[in-house]
Amino acid sequence: MKVGESVRRPDGQAKVHGSFVYSSDLHVDGMLWGATVRSPHPHARILSIEAAAARAMPGVHAVLTHADVPGEKLYGLEIADQPVLAIDEVNYWGEAVALVAADHPEQARRAAAAVKVEYEVLPPVTRAEDGRVLRHVKIRHGDQSAHAEVVVRGDYEIGMQDQAPLGPESGLAIPDGAGGVDLHIATQWLHVDQQQLASILALPREKVRLTMAGIGGAFGSREDLSMQAHACLLAIRTGSPVKIAYSRPESFVGHVHRHPGTLVYEHGADRDGKLVYVKARILLDGGAYASSSTAVIANATCFSCGPYLMPNATIDGIVVYTNNPPCGAMRGFGSVQNCYAHEAQMDKLAAALGMDPVELRIKNALKTGDRLITGQIIDGPVPVAELLRRVRAFPEPAGDGLMPGGYSNTTHGEGVKRGVGYAAGFKNIGYSEGFDDYSTARVRLFVHEGRPRVEVHSAAAEVGQGVVMVQAQIAGSVLGVNDVVVLNADTGVGSAGSSSASRQTYITGGAVQAAAEAVRARVIELGESELGGELPVGNEAALATLLGDAVIEETREFRPRATHHLDPETGQSDAHMQFAFAAHRAIVDVDTELGLVKVVELTTAQDVGKAINPLAVEGQLEGGAAQGLGLAVMEEIQLKDGVIRNASFTDYLLPTMLDMPPVKMDILELGDPNSPYGLKGVGEPPTISSGPAIVAAIRAATGREIDRVPVRPHDLTL
Amino acid sequence: MVLELRIETTVNGGRRVVEDVWEGESLLHVLRERFGLYGSKNACEQGECGSCSVYLDGALVCACLVLGGQANGRSVVTVEGLDGDRVQQSFVEAGAVQCGFCTPGLVVATHDLLHRVPHPTEEQIREALAGNVCRCTGYAKIIDAVNLAARR
Amino acid sequence: MQFFQPATWVEALETKAAHPEAVPIAGGTDVMVELNLDHNRPPAFIDLTRIGELTEWGMEDGLLRVGAGVTYTRLVDELGDRLPALAIASRTVGSPQIRNRGTVGGNLGTASPAGDALPPLLACDAQVELASTSGARRVPVREFFTGPKRNAMKKDELIAAYWVASAPGPQQFAKVGTRNAMVIAVCSFALALDPTRRIAGTGIGSAGPTPLRATEADEFIAGELDWANHTRPSEATLARFGELVAAAAKPIDDVRGTADYRRHALAVMARRCLSWCWN
Ligand SMILES: Cc1cc2nc3c(=O)[nH]c(=O)nc-3n(C[C@H](O)[C@H](O)[C@H](O)COP(=O)(O)OP(=O)(O)OC[C@H]3O[C@@H](n4cnc5c(N)ncnc54)[C@H](O)[C@@H]3O)c2cc1C
Ligand code: FES
Ligand code: FES
Repeated sequence: MKVGESVRRPDGQAKVHGSFVYSSDLHVDGMLWGATVRSPHPHARILSIEAAAARAMPGVHAVLTHADVPGEKLYGLEIADQPVLAIDEVNYWGEAVALVAADHPEQARRAAAAVKVEYEVLPPVTRAEDGRVLRHVKIRHGDQSAHAEVVVRGDYEIGMQDQAPLGPESGLAIPDGAGGVDLHIATQWLHVDQQQLASILALPREKVRLTMAGIGGAFGSREDLSMQAHACLLAIRTGSPVKIAYSRPESFVGHVHRHPGTLVYEHGADRDGKLVYVKARILLDGGAYASSSTAVIANATCFSCGPYLMPNATIDGIVVYTNNPPCGAMRGFGSVQNCYAHEAQMDKLAAALGMDPVELRIKNALKTGDRLITGQIIDGPVPVAELLRRVRAFPEPAGDGLMPGGYSNTTHGEGVKRGVGYAAGFKNIGYSEGFDDYSTARVRLFVHEGRPRVEVHSAAAEVGQGVVMVQAQIAGSVLGVNDVVVLNADTGVGSAGSSSASRQTYITGGAVQAAAEAVRARVIELGESELGGELPVGNEAALATLLGDAVIEETREFRPRATHHLDPETGQSDAHMQFAFAAHRAIVDVDTELGLVKVVELTTAQDVGKAINPLAVEGQLEGGAAQGLGLAVMEEIQLKDGVIRNASFTDYLLPTMLDMPPVKMDILELGDPNSPYGLKGVGEPPTISSGPAIVAAIRAATGREIDRVPVRPHDLTL
Repeated sequence: MVLELRIETTVNGGRRVVEDVWEGESLLHVLRERFGLYGSKNACEQGECGSCSVYLDGALVCACLVLGGQANGRSVVTVEGLDGDRVQQSFVEAGAVQCGFCTPGLVVATHDLLHRVPHPTEEQIREALAGNVCRCTGYAKIIDAVNLAARR
Repeated sequence: MQFFQPATWVEALETKAAHPEAVPIAGGTDVMVELNLDHNRPPAFIDLTRIGELTEWGMEDGLLRVGAGVTYTRLVDELGDRLPALAIASRTVGSPQIRNRGTVGGNLGTASPAGDALPPLLACDAQVELASTSGARRVPVREFFTGPKRNAMKKDELIAAYWVASAPGPQQFAKVGTRNAMVIAVCSFALALDPTRRIAGTGIGSAGPTPLRATEADEFIAGELDWANHTRPSEATLARFGELVAAAAKPIDDVRGTADYRRHALAVMARRCLSWCWN
């Protein structure tokens, strides 16, 4: 159980046998099923809600509206602007208006349908250009009137992507009979849920206890509340346990999405290909409520130029409110949208200069000690040029394999052209802009069945990424013990922060390391008094003897270095804690007559600082790239007048095994001097540059400009 | 609504009977909420993800697309019925499991594939498992797991 | 809601006659989606999976008679040589799980313009056998689709089988989707050639309110092809054929694609299918 080993998942056996309990599998005798009444309009005034008929139905135990919310009626991660249940207005299609609890899920659905809501339909704001500004981030870096010999411009459009975790939103709320509630839930951050729930339910925090249930993926979709408050309200009202489990279509309106955006860029460079300036305007559609939009737009703006040295920059990043579905966190968090734009610009610039696109990137690649457009000096390893060289060095695969169109028999080779494309990207790890980023871990050492055992307890959400293994490996390494048990996360221990921003290995890993080291110090103390200074760490038998009946427990909080607010006029500040970089090469075959794409291979190189669990790191690089591929060629929530037209897996397409190619990779471990074990956050970079590399490859194959993703067949043919 | 359907079926080798089922319940719902077999997952309930894959009289199907009553008198095998199979072990060892929500369905689908084609090529694996969506892994480790299981 | 599980065909027809609003369910791959997603709450279901006859196929009167309940998996395994276009189409339907359950009877029952079995059946001039307690009738598949998701089946009828000639010549099917597997057609095309009778049949999917036949294209190409010497059609002929197929489509813009793209793609697929059939 050591850092650097490809340790197997402790939850693996349960998961392959079907006995792992996900939030949707929860059940207790006598539980009720909750259902949600949702708005059929993107914007409307609520004139009345008639619930008597629904209440009178057999098996129906409660129908609740906003009037039944005892505490704060609004919530939100950054700004409390989203109603728990709509009050007098609905602002997006699918917004929750009322709740029902019944003894059978079908009866709950029928009762929900029987709740009559009278609306006065209002015109929705559905174009971001018409939206109300939620945050405007400005970067004014260097010479604001810089000129350049070679200038390229581009307008880019990014579609709305869904996290689409396979496990739908679900959970079980159990009233404790004393006014409090226990919520079993799949969430990315137990404590922020707890805090919001306590204020909504008007209960002290200790009366709202959360226990993590199995999480079927997250990718940002479980940062905001979905059914948490609803289940608690119904449970407290009915006095019975209440389960809510969203269907797939409901899940599409039950969580926030990746912001769609329009990005207008102008790049200037000298004749040798040295970048001179960028002017950019990034407009993201935040939808009806703020969620984490204010942080997403900061990222989109701060990383708008990509991992290149940019002496002069004028960037306006704007996120607006509209009546579209709310947008918020998704893997990559603002750095995905801008990567499509800055990488397309780099290719355009290379073409304008007659330069090789990889050479252009290498020439401008960020290096240690360079200044970012936010003024921050970037420290630690910054291997951008190296990553690009590595992905380029992989041999290219042969031409055989499945044609575009798969088994649909659309081509036997006619019209098929191959293209190769490159992209690089970067983003921050951990929270930024002065947010207090920390995690808490409790480590306990005792003798179990004659051998030392370590128990680790934190509230870190295991969303699939493997933070359970990381915690066990770190505690095991520090204490030299093999039997390490990671307890299920709950609010019985301090906050771990969210499983997002690629931060959990760093921050909770740091907390576990600190707590384990504190335990180790006490073992050494004990050794000194009992054994005259001999250190039994690494020798399990001796350690067990030394410990005897003793239980050594330590709890520690870990904080990485502090970050600072962006200057509101210039965006200059040390706003970020750590940066992670990746590069991708994509090889695609395109049926140029039908516009169908087969991604043949992806190659990536990423600096992970230190691979705590190499197999899990590979899994992140492969899985993250698949989500990048999805946005590049197929995934888009399609809206018409604020209404989602494809809220199902029939028409919101996820990459299948026939779409996702093999990923070849070089994992660099360059060691960050500031972090535990030198590690860097790993989860998000794979999702940033994979898609832009694919689009570059499609451009190379087709000779078309392509300024929007996902790339659709008609974009390549008409 | 009235709940008056009776379903009698063999699940993982044992006879199971349930009374008072709503006629509109899918086999997936019956397995999960009536028989307590939560291994088969409910990621979409529209046949698109394969997370509910089970055997119905030996054929690989999506349990969400079988009406409960249609399973009357039939034999169902779920992931719980494949206990200890080489496929399960291979998935853990190859790192093919992340969140694991797709895993039970993939275990059953892989079991079916290896039964039909003991040593599948990569193309055969990809075609056979194209109906099992995984959002976490990017599939590489799943293909490794299938190959590992095939070698055992 | 009621659930009927007739054990015989006669019993099934009687049940349908007595409960004309009841919805038949075969593989359930269309019906269950509607039910699970709360789009439809029919008063009753009639399970057709207990009726052996529906899953049989054989030669009768010089034609293949294929039971409505034969699954896509079995079509691929058992009828690939006799019904190549239908078999190619069947292989593109959903996933193994869907193909193990889904049936052509269900595809006809749903009568979606995107049903992948339908263009091949149109191209092959198949007939649908409908039955009720008062007897059976055969409807040419060309007349079977009466509107979007509507067909010629009467309230008391069930689909017993379809009749189609064992392929007298080459056949092809191609389907455009925005994913390399598991995808509903953006548009699709089927072509069947009969060198002895010197006729051609086409079928267009997902580019109109119903599956369509490109009659002008059929006639054009039947006249143009060099049936006797089998010389390659000229590029101009291939292009004209593609144009006529595209012209026969009546596509719309929807979530899966645009009308213009559908016309464009149909022309490409038509040209390609023809050249594959002829080579
Ligand atoms: C994930 C997924 C992917 C799919 N992919 C495709 C695809 O690629 N291409 C495609 O064409 N379709 C696809 N479908 C749709 C579906 O699988 C097909 O339409 C299939 O042919 C339906 O057959 P079934 O036996 O399952 O029909 P059912 O769902 O049982 O029935 C469908 C309709 O036909 C009626 N019906 C069935 N049998 C009879 C009968 N004997 N007499 C009278 N009425 C009858 C039913 O009442 C119902 O109206 C997909 C479905 C899913 C869930
Ligand atoms: S839940 Fe059955 S296929 Fe998705
Ligand atoms: S492991 Fe999460 S969906 Fe496959």
